[in-house]
Amino acid sequence: MSVIIILLLVSISVAGLFLAAFIWSVKSGQYEDDYSPSSRILFEEENRK
Amino acid sequence: MVYEIINSSGLCNYYNLNETPGVAQRVEVRKDKFAYLENKNIRDQIIQFKNDRQTRVSFFLPQIHCSSCLYLLENIHRLDAGIISCRINFPAKKAEIVFDHSRTSLRNIAETLTSIGYEPYISLKDINRSKPAINKNLLVQLGVAGFCFSNIMLMSFPEYLGVDETEESIRGIFRWANFFLSLPVFFYSAWPFYESSWKSLKHRFLNIDAPVALAIIITFIRSVWEVFSGEGGGYFDSMTGIVFFMLAGRVLQDKTHKQLSFDRDFTSYFPVAVSVMKNGEENPIMLPEVKVNDTLLIHSQELVPADGIIVKGRALIDYSFVTGESLPEAKGIGELVYAGGKQVGGPIEVMVIKEVNNSYLTSLWNGQDDQEEKTRSFVHRVSKYFTLVVFTIALITGLYWWQHDVAKVWPAVTAIFIIACPCALLLSNSFTNGHILRILSRNKLFLKNAQVIEDITGVNHIVFDKTGTLTNPSEQEISYEGAPLTAMQKRQVAALASCSVHPLSRAIAGWLNITDKPAVQGFKEITGTGIEGFVEDNWIKIGAATDAGKADSSATAYVFFENRVTGKFIFCNRYRHFVPSLLKELGKRFKISVISGDNEAEKANLEKMLSGATVLFHQKPADKLKYIEKLQSRGDKVMMIGDGLNDAGALKQSNTGIAVSENTNTFTPASDAIIDADQLRWLPRFIRLCHINKRIIIASFIYSIVYNVVGLYFAVQGTLSPLIAAILMPSSSIGIVLLTYAASNWSARRLKLPD
Repeated sequence: MSVIIILLLVSISVAGLFLAAFIWSVKSGQYEDDYSPSSRILFEEENRK
Repeated sequence: MVYEIINSSGLCNYYNLNETPGVAQRVEVRKDKFAYLENKNIRDQIIQFKNDRQTRVSFFLPQIHCSSCLYLLENIHRLDAGIISCRINFPAKKAEIVFDHSRTSLRNIAETLTSIGYEPYISLKDINRSKPAINKNLLVQLGVAGFCFSNIMLMSFPEYLGVDETEESIRGIFRWANFFLSLPVFFYSAWPFYESSWKSLKHRFLNIDAPVALAIIITFIRSVWEVFSGEGGGYFDSMTGIVFFMLAGRVLQDKTHKQLSFDRDFTSYFPVAVSVMKNGEENPIMLPEVKVNDTLLIHSQELVPADGIIVKGRALIDYSFVTGESLPEAKGIGELVYAGGKQVGGPIEVMVIKEVNNSYLTSLWNGQDDQEEKTRSFVHRVSKYFTLVVFTIALITGLYWWQHDVAKVWPAVTAIFIIACPCALLLSNSFTNGHILRILSRNKLFLKNAQVIEDITGVNHIVFDKTGTLTNPSEQEISYEGAPLTAMQKRQVAALASCSVHPLSRAIAGWLNITDKPAVQGFKEITGTGIEGFVEDNWIKIGAATDAGKADSSATAYVFFENRVTGKFIFCNRYRHFVPSLLKELGKRFKISVISGDNEAEKANLEKMLSGATVLFHQKPADKLKYIEKLQSRGDKVMMIGDGLNDAGALKQSNTGIAVSENTNTFTPASDAIIDADQLRWLPRFIRLCHINKRIIIASFIYSIVYNVVGLYFAVQGTLSPLIAAILMPSSSIGIVLLTYAASNWSARRLKLPD
């Protein structure tokens, strides 16, 4: 087995991880509201009773 | 008051977040307005999910407008301890609230929200709703295609650069890897194209997706055959590339305006529940369950949901919603009121004579259901000829090689289908449209979809509604006729007028513009008639024409000093300041009509502004619709520009219906486009941009044909190597994208659009 094959496998699996992350982000609705999360992060987190 | 509530809960940070938090005016809300949420039947229709501990509900809050809103609403659990969480979806202006129903109730939450200025908008549509399926698939398909495309590209390099004999095995492995990577693209990402072309074939029509799907399938089959027989690497990179680029174009073009709704019908305007009087008691009942002969209690500022007869109280009905007539009509006991009117006087009781679904207003919608025969896009018409030409070339080439070299038939013919894929045309179309849509929406003209751009280019007749479209509903022009008022009298009239909240009184007070007003004693407001009171010992009355024993064609208010008529105020709508120049500019290139539900008081004024245009008054909603139909039967392509429900029928019937909105958050009738009222002045430029859009598409179409001809030159000879395909395909696609982007941006700038 040439080292190229191993490289190939590694690169595809790394890319596959990113693909999985992308699919997860779409499915979890992160593209539906692109305004509130960016504002939300600026709010003080106050203790909830 | 809002401040007190917020302060007591320690949410003052709200005021620090934004320069101008809060919405200035708020409508006072009646105490029992949300009483219907206690009704179990209604509640079950509204909530989304409920278990034994918590309930989840989603409210539409049209007032959401800034990051402070977000902060306040997401901390709402401090105002009502029963609320567990609240998440805002900002573009949709929706609040998803989870609450503990043992500690608070739906009604409480609605009232809390209302008290801080975010009144939830609950309409009949919330009941009849079918869950809209949001298409997230397209994004995933795009992601998958992008992943496979880039990897296949990478692994195709050895093939193109040439691998020496000793590494033959590596080449085989790369080919097989490409094959496996292309499977998800072929079977999953390209699905929208198969689906769309299958649908069009079933309707005996060839749309642009059909040749694209054909090219994808043939490229795939040919490539698979090459890999299996070991003859070559196939065209997997080209195939996945076109799928990826075309999906990207599609995503760009289909980016919708979430905060806007283009297909509202009457159900989004009507309340979910009404109060029905039974044995002297008020019971909330769901609107669809209202029957003939029920007695409804209509409060001030509420919509009459069904045609009926007034049985109690004096009505002052604002029909501007339905007819476009800008002044409220006074109605007494025994008189008929129509659904869609808004009661602006005190509470009244109405006996229903027609069910909600049969009322005059709803019949406007039901009367014209299936008239959606819009013209097909130019691109789809072109694609028919395109496919024909491709098949002819393929046939001729096939026959030629059959005679000369049978072995070349298969590679030559498949290569033609691969290279002649009209993907460049489709790409130029979707990228240009997507870009123009975005330029227009930056300028606050929101189109329903890309087809509207093309519809606009066909328009040759523009019909305007007057009230609310050409005129500004919030401004009135006032003139005074009669015995001149002394400075003292002016002060007194202003003082009396400012006691009332009636729009005409407010307008008079504003027009007189007096700051030191004397006190008013014994002030009385008689709904539908006028106001009266003592000011500095003078008995003053401001009232309708009927009080003075007169009937006027235009809107007037008479002033009485000691029961004698002194003079009258005449109201007329003020035109938006850009209207004269707008009409003049449009008049050069289009036929113009103005139709109005109002009386003829304005006729002379309008005709002066419009030389040679048709001006029609006293147009009921059905008349407007008929007028549009009449124009269309003459062969005109009509653009209707209107604002209210009274234009809804006409907007739908017209080739392009544009709804004008003072504030894009408010509710507009069903239409093809929504424009911000102030941006109406740029309409001629917007129309021109749509024309340019078409030219850009044609230009890039020609550009893509040049590419296709080059490709075909290789293909018919049977010498199209995967390398040439791999260079031609992405370079033409990227070229198209750059070309359309630059051309549409450049033309937008040249038209001097404000944004």
